[in-house]
Amino acid sequence: MSFNILSPGLLTTVQDLGRHGYQKQGILVSGAMDAIALRVANLLVGNPEDSAGLEITYLGPRIRFEADHLIALTGADLSPVLNGERVKMARPVWVRRGSVLEFSTPRSGIRAYLAVAGSFAIPKVLGSYSTYLRAEIGGFRGRALKTGDLLPCIGLTPQGHKLWQALAGAYPAKDWGQAKWTPDPQLYPQPVASPVIRVLQGPDYELFTESSQHDFWHQEFTVTSDSDRMGYRLQGPALFRDEPRELLSSAVTFGTIQVPPEGHPIALLADHQTTGGYPRIAQVITADFSRLAQVPLGQKIRFQRISLEDAQCLYIKQEQDIQQIKKSLQFKIENA
Amino acid sequence: MENPQRNPSSTAAAHLAPVGDSGLVVQFGDAIELPTHLRVQAFSACLREHPFPGLIEYVPAFASVTVYYDPWVLSQAGRYNPYEEVTHFIHDLLRQAETRKEKLRSKVVEIPVWYGGKFGPDLEFVADYAQLSVKQVISLHTRGEYLVYMIGFAPGFPYIGGLNEKIAVPRKDKPRTKVPAGSVGIGGLQTGVYPIQTPGGWQLIGRTPLQLFKPQAASPSLLQAGDRVRFVAITEKEFERRREYEF
Repeated sequence: MSFNILSPGLLTTVQDLGRHGYQKQGILVSGAMDAIALRVANLLVGNPEDSAGLEITYLGPRIRFEADHLIALTGADLSPVLNGERVKMARPVWVRRGSVLEFSTPRSGIRAYLAVAGSFAIPKVLGSYSTYLRAEIGGFRGRALKTGDLLPCIGLTPQGHKLWQALAGAYPAKDWGQAKWTPDPQLYPQPVASPVIRVLQGPDYELFTESSQHDFWHQEFTVTSDSDRMGYRLQGPALFRDEPRELLSSAVTFGTIQVPPEGHPIALLADHQTTGGYPRIAQVITADFSRLAQVPLGQKIRFQRISLEDAQCLYIKQEQDIQQIKKSLQFKIENA
Repeated sequence: MENPQRNPSSTAAAHLAPVGDSGLVVQFGDAIELPTHLRVQAFSACLREHPFPGLIEYVPAFASVTVYYDPWVLSQAGRYNPYEEVTHFIHDLLRQAETRKEKLRSKVVEIPVWYGGKFGPDLEFVADYAQLSVKQVISLHTRGEYLVYMIGFAPGFPYIGGLNEKIAVPRKDKPRTKVPAGSVGIGGLQTGVYPIQTPGGWQLIGRTPLQLFKPQAASPSLLQAGDRVRFVAITEKEFERRREYEF
C-alpha cells in the first residue's frame, strides 16, 4: 500500500504543521508553507488536520497509487490530472489501485497539497512528520521524493473507507471520481498572483531611514528566483538604516522580514533559521502566511501596515473559519 | 566578551515588544555579557517551569527571549486581547525571575577534539596568524571554560563565549560550501562546533568525535544555552574509539 513515485516533480516533500518546541535547540520548525491548505486537504479526507501530506512545488510529480485511496488536493492549482482527466481542487477524490496522478501547467499559486485518508506510514522525528531537508531528518527518509520511491501509506481509515464507498459505489466501472461538494472558498485563503501582504512593524523598523520606511510601504517587491522554503528574497528599492551597526542575534520566525546590509529584504518562510542577526523591518501577520507562501517566483508583492489588534482578530477569524469548514466537512462525511 | 565594567542592562527593566501577532520579545539588554545572560537564563527557567496557556515555545538568545504563543488558544479561553493577556503572564514570570537567584548551570560538557591533521586544515593558518606555535594554539583553545550563550544557526549549534583573544582570527574570505559535521572552528572571537554539515566560514582547527545533534534523542542538542564547555585534546586513536557516527 503505497504511492509509487514515477517522477518526483520539482520539490515534493512530506510535511505536517511543523516541528514545534525545539527552536531553542536550533531545530527549524519546517512544516507546510501553506498550512491552511494542508489542513483543509486533511479535513477533506477525514484526517486530523495536522496529519502529514505532500507539499508539491510548482511542477508536480507523477504518482501511481498502488492501492485504493481517498485523496484531496488543495492550495495551488497545478492542473492535476488523473488517468488523463482533469481533477477539481479541494474535494475528496476516490481512486482505484493503479491510477496515475500527474500535473501540467500551474494555473494559480505555487504549492499544492495532497492529503490521503490515513496518511503515510512513516516515523515521526521529534514530534513531527515534516521533512527537514538541511538536517536530513523527518518526512520520507529526510529528503524530497525521488523517482522510484515507494511512499508507504497507512490505508483507508474507517471514515475514509465509508466516504470511499459512498463516492465510488455508484461507479463500479470507473477508476476514479470526486465529490461534487467543496468547502466554501470564502472561508480560506485562495492563491493570488500579486497580493498585498499585511504586516506589523518589526522590532528594528525605527532603525531604517525615513525614505527606506516610505519605500517599504509604497513600492513593489519582486520575489526573486533564488527564493526557497527558507525565505523569499525580494528585489525592489534597497532599504538602509541610518547607522548600520551589528545587531545581536535573536529569534526570527515565519514571516519575519529581515534586511541584510545590501538592502534587499528577505521574508522568512517555513524553513527559516531559528535566530538571525539582520534588522527586522516587519513581520507578516499569520492570516497572510498562506497568501505569501503561494506567491510564484517572479511575481510582485506589496506590504500594508495593520495594527496588532486587527492582526490578532484576523488570526482568530481565520481559525473560526477553519472550524466552520471542519464542522461542515464532518457533517458531509458522516452523511455521505 | 564578558565585560563586568559595563552592565547597565543587568538591572534595567526588561523591555517587551510584539513580534507579529503570535510572538513577543523580552529584551534584557543589548550586549553579550554575563549578567544579561543570567537574566535570560532565569526567565527561560521560569517559562519552562510555569508555561502559560497558549504558549508554543520560547527561544533564548544573547540578550532576549522570544516567546511564541497561539492567540486562538487564548481567545478560546475567553481572552479577547491575547497580546495584553500574554504580557500579564510575562510580567508575572519576570517578577519571579528577577527574585530568583539563578546561578550558572553547573553542567560542564567536555568536548574531545582531535586538533590539526586532516580534520583541522586551518590550524597552521591560525598559528601563523597568531604568531604562535600549533601547540600553543591548542593549549590556549583547551584552557579554561567557555559559556554557551545560545543555540542557533543550525540544529545544536552553540554560540560560545570565552575564546582567548590571542587566537581570535578572522573568518575565511570565502566560506567553504561544505563544513563537515563535528568540525571545530574559530571565527573572530567565536569558537564552536558544527553539529551538521553546512556551508561555513570559520577556520577549522580540529574535529570532535561527539555527535552534537542527535535527532532521535529526547533532547537532540548535546549543548543547551547556559552550559559550560571545555575542549580537551585527544589523539587520533582516542578519536576513533569515541567516534559516535560515520563521517
